[in-house]
Amino acid sequence: MREITLAQAVNEAIAEEMRRDQNVLLLGEDVAEAGTPFKVLSGLVDEFGTDRIIDTPISEPGFTGLAVGAAMTGSRPIVDLMFGDFLTLVMDQIVNQAAKTHYMSGGKLNVPMVLRTNMGATRRSAAQHSQSLHAWLCHIPGLKIAMPSSAYEAKGLMKTAIRDNNPVVIFEDKLMYQEKAPVPEEEFLIPFGEANIKRAGRDISFVATSSMVQVAEGAAEILAGEGIEAEIIDPRTLVPLDEDTIIASVRKTSRAIVIDEGHQSFGVTAEIAARISEKAFYDLDAPVQRMGAMDVPIPFSPALEDLTVPTPDGVAERARAAVKGTL
Amino acid sequence: MARASKKNTEAYLRMYRQMVRIRTFEDNANQLYLSGKMPGLTHMYSGEEGVAVGICEALETTDRITSTHRGHGHCIAKGAEFKQMFCELLGKEEGYCRGKGGSMHIADQDNGNLGANAIVGGSAGIATGAALSAKRLGTKAVTVCFFGDGALGQGLLYEVMNMAALWKLPVIYACENNLYGEYTHVSEMAAGELTARAKAFGIEAFEVDGQNVLAVNTLTQDLVARARKGEGPFFVLLNTYRYNGHHVGDIDRAYYRSKEEEQEWKENRDPITILGDFLTKEKIASGKELDTIRDEIKSDVETAVNYAIEASYPPTSEVDQHVYAA
Repeated sequence: MREITLAQAVNEAIAEEMRRDQNVLLLGEDVAEAGTPFKVLSGLVDEFGTDRIIDTPISEPGFTGLAVGAAMTGSRPIVDLMFGDFLTLVMDQIVNQAAKTHYMSGGKLNVPMVLRTNMGATRRSAAQHSQSLHAWLCHIPGLKIAMPSSAYEAKGLMKTAIRDNNPVVIFEDKLMYQEKAPVPEEEFLIPFGEANIKRAGRDISFVATSSMVQVAEGAAEILAGEGIEAEIIDPRTLVPLDEDTIIASVRKTSRAIVIDEGHQSFGVTAEIAARISEKAFYDLDAPVQRMGAMDVPIPFSPALEDLTVPTPDGVAERARAAVKGTL
Repeated sequence: MARASKKNTEAYLRMYRQMVRIRTFEDNANQLYLSGKMPGLTHMYSGEEGVAVGICEALETTDRITSTHRGHGHCIAKGAEFKQMFCELLGKEEGYCRGKGGSMHIADQDNGNLGANAIVGGSAGIATGAALSAKRLGTKAVTVCFFGDGALGQGLLYEVMNMAALWKLPVIYACENNLYGEYTHVSEMAAGELTARAKAFGIEAFEVDGQNVLAVNTLTQDLVARARKGEGPFFVLLNTYRYNGHHVGDIDRAYYRSKEEEQEWKENRDPITILGDFLTKEKIASGKELDTIRDEIKSDVETAVNYAIEASYPPTSEVDQHVYAA
């Protein structure tokens, strides 16, 4: 199977959906000729023109609000939010407008839009360009949240997101754009609410999101050399969440670590860990652990930044303790 | 005032009816609150009828509006029925939003009302986006974005006006200047010239007496026709006044607004009286005919209120429905 980068996968997904449905359009900063600073969207404006690939002023609330209104009236907009940190700017339009319109209208108005943004630290981009804020949006009823962990998921989830009639927010890890993975040439979609068992194992379950899947794989390799078999579950979407696959895994292994790049406290790991505790309590041989980014604003200095996120060694160490019963 | 002609008289009478419908609806909604029958709060539009009616009478059903927290007037002016509106205000199943939106989120998309909004200025993006859809789909639909003088403080408004001007979107930004943003006078909240804000983006801006429904309507008809041809966006500043407080519970309000000022507007600048005087003077309708109109509407509204009071709430099973669209 051919291998393409995550950037190419996103580009393909959007192009395919824009060919399929004339109502799909994309707006954001520097999305047309520049193809975004990450160059993910390069070439789209050549095929679809500036009526459908729209460069906006630096007005995040404005163009997000525009997308909500366009979505309510027959368009299927994709909003490109350059950095996930800018979620702070668009919260009213996403949380108070997009997420609630279907419910507040008694089911009569839809907001079929996609907000495409990113997360992930260790790029030396400092505190205001390195945050992983997806937990904020998971907390809001009415939104769907997708977290691709490779080029394959990036393509399949993006296509599903564009066809979904709800507001969907997709977070891509900004450090993964040049990473390749096998991606079929034939069309495929990844349904929401279906986790992927990335690796089978019997001793401990790692539930990991986005680039933490690669961190978990690194840890699993280390542990395999020590005779510990880790199972890796990639939820792929946080809302809706495939609880059944996660719970079945933990029932099998009796131990779990949840790994996510949001901050350690009050985040995604807490939610998943709580659900595991509720539903697999009597099958657990060790406390469920959470590993997130340190509860600090992400520092600039490389000497400090790399300390703030989970690593394969760090995950392996916690897994050993869980298996040995020394937690 | 415009010259009366056979063609116009029907339109004038319709405007009269619509303004009376709004005034009567609001009087009854206020009563529902004062008699403890209404859950939550609501925001009266009484006094501003000329704005909603003058504008909406220049729109087709397929044109769109976005509304504000003070949205009953827009909703009625755009074609909504009393029964479903009262049901929505009381949280009943037959409301426009199945009781799940309430007064501040009332929407009637069959009539092109994309919804009231509880966030000041919150629907400015939605209106502009609806205009974007209309332009790219070639529907020729025009969108009117209603907002108040208070919303002139919200950055979102300027962001979307900028984009509407850049992309020549068919949207009319209608600023209902009723002189008060909640409990504060507009002079303490908006610096400089109000229309200059739109002009800064190269948007043609107009100012009109909101109490003169015919003047509002004539201006809007012109701007709507131009917007359909792609000459938009436009900005209209409509000077008006809300008779009631910010919300129905804002009763002791002399500390921010004098009773004398309120009296002045009610007695000398009432939009329904002004149009009524014009209709009788031009012999388009007699005083008696206008009385009949008002009595009919009063009766219609009372029927609708009683219906809504007796109507059912949505079933409890509905609490977690419609979070997601299929």
